[in-house]
Amino acid sequence: MSLGKLLRKVFLVDLFQGLAVTFRNQAPKNIVTEQYPAERPKVAERYRGAPRLNNNPENGETLCIACNLCALACPENLIVVGAERNEQTRRKELTTFTYDVSRCMFCGLCEDACPVDALELTQDFELASYTREGQIWDRQMLEEGPKPTQYKC
Amino acid sequence: MKAASDASMPDSTFLDSTELVLNMGPQHPSTHGVLRVILKLDGEKILGTDCVIGYLHRGVEKIAENRTWAQFNPYVDRMDYVASVSNGLGYCLAVEKLLNIEAPPRAQVVRVILTELNRIASHLVWLGTHALDIGAITPVFYCFREREETLNIFEKYCGARLTTHAFRIGGLQYQTYDGFEQDVKAFCDMFPPKVDEYEELLTGNRIWKGRLTNVGVLTADECKEYGVTGPMLRAAGVKWDLRKAQPYSGYEKYDFEIPTRQNGDTFDRYVVRMQEMRQAVRIIRQAVESIPEGPIMGKVPKVIKPPVGEAYVSIEAPKGELGYYVVSDGGVQPYRVRVRPPSFVNLQALDRMVRGGLVADIVAVIGTLDIVLGEVDR
Repeated sequence: MSLGKLLRKVFLVDLFQGLAVTFRNQAPKNIVTEQYPAERPKVAERYRGAPRLNNNPENGETLCIACNLCALACPENLIVVGAERNEQTRRKELTTFTYDVSRCMFCGLCEDACPVDALELTQDFELASYTREGQIWDRQMLEEGPKPTQYKC
Repeated sequence: MKAASDASMPDSTFLDSTELVLNMGPQHPSTHGVLRVILKLDGEKILGTDCVIGYLHRGVEKIAENRTWAQFNPYVDRMDYVASVSNGLGYCLAVEKLLNIEAPPRAQVVRVILTELNRIASHLVWLGTHALDIGAITPVFYCFREREETLNIFEKYCGARLTTHAFRIGGLQYQTYDGFEQDVKAFCDMFPPKVDEYEELLTGNRIWKGRLTNVGVLTADECKEYGVTGPMLRAAGVKWDLRKAQPYSGYEKYDFEIPTRQNGDTFDRYVVRMQEMRQAVRIIRQAVESIPEGPIMGKVPKVIKPPVGEAYVSIEAPKGELGYYVVSDGGVQPYRVRVRPPSFVNLQALDRMVRGGLVADIVAVIGTLDIVLGEVDR
């Protein structure tokens, strides 16, 4: 064994070289783990998450025109639109809207089909529920959106 | 006293006999899902195998017959879920052929970029899990770190990470987002050094070489016999890549090479897939430089009703030839959709590859087959 190799072994040079790599990767910019739920991920703008039924921000009325196109576009047939004809205005008005999130695969075909941008898949991704019935969202739930518990550290 | 039921007992216990039948899977971590392999063993030596598949059967082909053409599109993502973009491309191309339309040039280039990014993502999952099966734990973390970058691009582009539903029949639904080119270019710059890093960890590693060289050899003739395609065929020395042989979606415009090797063993398949990742980056670089302006959706009627007829389109998915055979009876729903999944066909060769080998080899061979059970069982 040459002197150089011996000195490397005595002073554990290889070990420290290895540890240098370890510590270099602990620099904050090299850490990729997200600290969920304390630190919530920012999903993309186009993220297809929880469905939402949009209201007109000016008067709070629903944008939905009860055309039923979303229900027809849905591959899983999970949307049920209930509508009633208003006798005075002769127009169809939305009464109920049911969306079964448990069967939804978030393909986005319903929001593509919507002609008035009423139905939209949003950036909310926390859809867990304690019951199966809780996964079937009614009109109120769709308009308000899910309210997941947020944890703070 | 001898009980009457003892008459049905074999003369010797299984410990005395030389053959042992062992079930591997369906919950074995290295069968990549729910594959069950019944092994016939003589000690450590494999005398024969029998694959039991179907644990993940969802009847996707039958579902197609009850959905409209556009509605079936998200389901194809769920077959090979680590390469969902390729599946979507195959299905869209098949229906487009039936409708006799073509996606606009801009859509085609974006399709190529996303499909090649997905090829990288798929190969990274393969590399990580394959190395993990063999005992190298580090690569899986590195691979998933880089795969995250491709998934972020998918998420920003179409809003989903895994089952993307990125393409529509006739083109694209989503315009590229602001900064798409920069993101893709940044990935292209970031990624090749990372491949060097994986190769540094594995290629020259003695354990890695010892576990892979001359394991699961499949010669070119055997590959052709079984219909094996993709990197497995190319590792046996056959220069066959559908992107070159029958270019689709504008692949003829890009300059890239088909990596091949000669021995057809597990190590060669590893090398071929590593090279393919580098070639994919090369294609993405060329494509992202040349995204033309223009529409992203072809002239597709609102209600898709293809004329009576049938079409078969096959594309080079990360795992091999992925074919879609679609039959239309002129209605709004497909009459029949048949999928030719690469994993399913490649899995047939498992018995030939492991017979005579050791039990430990079967783990390496299942890893190198790069199967996704969602696609095998459909």
